Amino acid sequence: MGSKIAELLNKTATKIILAIVLGFIAGALALAVAGYDPGTSYSMMFTSIFSSPQNMIQVLILTMPNILTGLSVAFAFKTGLFNIGGEGQYIVGAIAAVMVGGVLNLPPVINVIVIVLVAFVAAGLYGALAGFLKAKFGIHEVITTIMLNWIALYLNNYLVSLPGIGVKNTEYSFPIKQSAWTNVLNGWKTSPHGQAYLSTHPALSTILLGTDINYGIIIAIVVAIAVSFLLYRTTFGYQIRAVGLNKDAAEAAGIRVKKSIVMTMFIAGGLSGLAGALQMTGTLPHALVTLANQPGYGFNGITVALMANSSPIGCIFTALLLSALQFGGSTIQMNLGAPSEVVNIMIGVIVFFVAVASMFTMISERIKRRRVKIAG
Amino acid sequence: MQSQQAYAVEMQSIYKYFDDFCALNAVNLKVKKGSIHALLGENGAGKTTLMNVLYGLYKADSGRILINGEQVEMKNPNVAIEHKIGMVHQHFKLVENFTVVQNIMLGKEVSKAGFVLDISRARKQVVELSKTYGLTVDPDAKIEDISVGMQQRVEILKALYRGVEILILDEPTAVLTPQEINELVNIMRNLTEGGKTIIIITHKLKEIKKSSEYCTIIRRGKYIDTVDVKNVTEQQLASMMVGREVNLVVAKTKTNPGDVVFRIDNLTVEDSRKIERVKELSLSVRKGEIVGIAGIDGNGQKELVEAITCLTKVKAGRISINGVDLQNTSPHNVIKNGITTIHEDRHKRGLVLDFPVKYNLILENYNRPRFAGHAILHEQAIHKFAQDSISRYDIRPENCASELARALSGGNQQKVIIARELSDNPELLLAFQPTRGLDVGAIEFIHSALIKHRDSGHSILLISFELDEIMNVSDRICVLYDGRIVAEFQQGEVDENGIGLLMAGGERKNGI
Repeated sequence: MGSKIAELLNKTATKIILAIVLGFIAGALALAVAGYDPGTSYSMMFTSIFSSPQNMIQVLILTMPNILTGLSVAFAFKTGLFNIGGEGQYIVGAIAAVMVGGVLNLPPVINVIVIVLVAFVAAGLYGALAGFLKAKFGIHEVITTIMLNWIALYLNNYLVSLPGIGVKNTEYSFPIKQSAWTNVLNGWKTSPHGQAYLSTHPALSTILLGTDINYGIIIAIVVAIAVSFLLYRTTFGYQIRAVGLNKDAAEAAGIRVKKSIVMTMFIAGGLSGLAGALQMTGTLPHALVTLANQPGYGFNGITVALMANSSPIGCIFTALLLSALQFGGSTIQMNLGAPSEVVNIMIGVIVFFVAVASMFTMISERIKRRRVKIAG
Repeated sequence: MQSQQAYAVEMQSIYKYFDDFCALNAVNLKVKKGSIHALLGENGAGKTTLMNVLYGLYKADSGRILINGEQVEMKNPNVAIEHKIGMVHQHFKLVENFTVVQNIMLGKEVSKAGFVLDISRARKQVVELSKTYGLTVDPDAKIEDISVGMQQRVEILKALYRGVEILILDEPTAVLTPQEINELVNIMRNLTEGGKTIIIITHKLKEIKKSSEYCTIIRRGKYIDTVDVKNVTEQQLASMMVGREVNLVVAKTKTNPGDVVFRIDNLTVEDSRKIERVKELSLSVRKGEIVGIAGIDGNGQKELVEAITCLTKVKAGRISINGVDLQNTSPHNVIKNGITTIHEDRHKRGLVLDFPVKYNLILENYNRPRFAGHAILHEQAIHKFAQDSISRYDIRPENCASELARALSGGNQQKVIIARELSDNPELLLAFQPTRGLDVGAIEFIHSALIKHRDSGHSILLISFELDEIMNVSDRICVLYDGRIVAEFQQGEVDENGIGLLMAGGERKNGI
């Protein structure tokens, strides 16, 4: 019995689940202190998501960019780099997608592919710039990526303010052409035939017309699997993990460390850019908006990656959890008046306990030792 | 009771488990007050674990510890420090950009008026201590500017400054030059004359003979024996440590070297501070020959190795293999041209500790068609190759292919590196301190692997600070001093004393 618990405690997944449980306990305490019943609040968070298909879809829509920025951060972590530039890379991806998608008019599927690729490369180069500065001049990526975040934000706002790009008297740029939208049944739902059908099927109508339901989440999951494959099955993944774990040994073994750093930041940037591009093609207004602050997905990505212990597949689940918590948090604020900041406390506690997961290893060892003593 | 008073430390039937592994199995240790007591054992035998138990870093699962006859429960290092036990670890714990005095007083600062640091008082105490025990150091030098031997003295002074009576030295000679070792032995004598008790953890037989009065041998966590050092030979100590007869000198036949394969011409290399470390150095290695470079640490070895492996730029000169120039290209190019390297620091340059053993075995070859196609790793081929290497080089445990390299003992980690570097039959193997920190059994294995490589018609450039190793393994010996080759001998032409003198910068006289 003891040994089984000890073994279980040593598994990464168990550690993360434990951390999540502790996060929920901390959240309950915070709610109780603030004078709200934790039971009611949690059940409301939970039921609000499952109360309507619309809400479930809303959570999934929120999940897509979080998975991709999470992958972006997790990927960079594997090379020993801390990519705080998800925000900026997301914005650059969005800018590239709108600039290309607002002009280009290719056949439907190809159109999307071209837009997404251009956005990936643009944001990738933006990330690679930080990688290059690190490799060439040793400037820390945390500093450069934070600065690049703000450069991207103001570039976005500048572009929206330009007459040829911004729409007069609004805070929007021109939108991506409808042929490049990634919404589910995009063409059909606005066609006369589709409109007639939907008017007699209200349930389907609320989903298709009432939400921005789009294919982004599927693409994000596929990308997560691809990133996992790239990291663990390919020579490139081998190379960058070697650099991440021991730069000096990798260098001595003939691996090009600097190139590897630049390439990693390129891919990390591209992943965040992909989030921005798919957000533009998938959700209203399909256009750039003047930003007062960072969109937040890049920072969400840090949380997602930390909670997932940098596992690409894990990012799918932690992004879902984060998005559900954020959505649920807003509903308790709306309905109970309970502070939605409780969610931030929970997330903070979860990240904290994932970070100190070695504590669980210690407990596991203690159980084992006790067993040995009894046996001996 | 009376007889117990004579023992500074008594450890009785100590048990210590890590998971299911029994690291210490009923180990006893009795250390006489005022003596130098060696603790001998192979890597992983449990020497350091035993001392960590004594110092309170680990808690024993059972057993008793007596300090000066009084039973003590070593809950944590603070208890050990209260009982005036001090430990100098193998890896020093010093603040690089603090001065010697600042480091020594760190954590036990003296102050004026309650809060103003009184460095001059601490300095006076340090100077006094170093005079008393012959521990000469410059109290105002920064740690980053002084040699490893000096840093060790600072560590010892740090312990003395805290009033230590029982001093544990963990592998104190691993990083020292022959001269520094002699000086350390003298310091240890001074300390015991001053009434201190010293326990030294080591696996170097020569130094035990040189320094210690008593020696306790541990093998695989078990207590073997405690002997009076003057009554045993090195060979006997080695057998007790390993548990079988060992060859302290490897068997090798005479070689008939072929043409010159590798050559260095007028090589000059600067270090990061633009100081010339290698100065117009020339040497050549012929096919089927082991050339050994003898020298004291800091005479340009590190820069020479980094220049050959293209980890640093050379200022002037040529490095070539089979007529192909290599200087200032890339590590990748050097490997491609048939030179592989065993680096001095296996944790830094040699291994990715958090990679499995099998991935470490292909670190230089992961891109080759046998391990990868279309940029995708062939896991099965990699695993099979790892299994082969593990059995061929006797890497233990034998099912370690998927274990992290970190989990292996030092000797087995080194075998992983050797297996990798020899896997492609390199034209030239550059071996820099290949047996650093290893025990007798592992050294024997690695030396015979080197000689086997030579016998198969390849070349080796061996750079080592262990004069014994150079003398035993090399066919030709070059002496490096201050960045230059100052002398060259065939094996057998010269003895240790002659080379030792040249290593220290002495003039070459007739007759040696």
